[in-house]
Amino acid sequence: MSDIIEMVIPAKPDYVGVARLTVSGIASRMGYTFDEIEDIKIAVSEAITNAVNHAYGTEDKGEIHLSFGMYDDKIEITVTDKGKSFDVEATKLSTGPVNGKSVEQINEGGLGLFLIETLMDKVEISDEAGVVVMMTKYLNRDEVDESVDQYKSAPSQ
Amino acid sequence: MMNLQIQKKNTDDHIDELVLIGEVDAYTAPKLKETLLEAAQKQGQKVIVNLSGVQYMDSTGLGVFVGALKSSQQSGSTLTLTGMTERVERLFEITGLTEVINIENTQEEEAR
Repeated sequence: MSDIIEMVIPAKPDYVGVARLTVSGIASRMGYTFDEIEDIKIAVSEAITNAVNHAYGTEDKGEIHLSFGMYDDKIEITVTDKGKSFDVEATKLSTGPVNGKSVEQINEGGLGLFLIETLMDKVEISDEAGVVVMMTKYLNRDEVDESVDQYKSAPSQ
Repeated sequence: MMNLQIQKKNTDDHIDELVLIGEVDAYTAPKLKETLLEAAQKQGQKVIVNLSGVQYMDSTGLGVFVGALKSSQQSGSTLTLTGMTERVERLFEITGLTEVINIENTQEEEAR
């Protein structure tokens, strides 16, 4: 299987939830677990929120392109904006877990990129023209094998 | 479902309890930020946020709570988060925010 679903949303916070519902439906159809779907929803929301906040300034004119590549063993999600680039490496340096920082030192906006990298299996960010975030989450085939689904769903103590 | 409902419970002049129901993301966070900062800026105020009804939250929500914590430290109020679901609690753990924010998930502890 290799199907692709694409959508374009206005770069406004209003539509982050719509994109999240979409990716939730796609990941569910592919057989991801509840927790994996929640992780994917957060990662996609973070990438879109970044684009909404940084790409187009205060102008309400931009668009965000979303592409969901569905493969046998993975989902590849690409979030693209055509707006202002940002220095990915510099941003990564100022993000990350809070470990040892005082409250004053925590960058309130810096946790998004960290979460994307933590929750997805593979993340590539290109900032040459606009920002392209490509993220991959692998599908564990053993856990979605339908023949063992019922057995697996019994709570394991 | 994609919205956030904020219920205010004023049990005491010095206690503001906010009960959140729904999703905290870039769309709903501004309203939460405004409500939370207003409470956290009152000197000596005890601000309690009940998160048991939060079905979704991302870094935008985390940022709002960090901002409220900074504000409460400046004004001498306190901020306590309660009732987190496992999903939301995991987000605070991954980012290390459990170390700096006062979290009391009593319901969950009682159940153990």
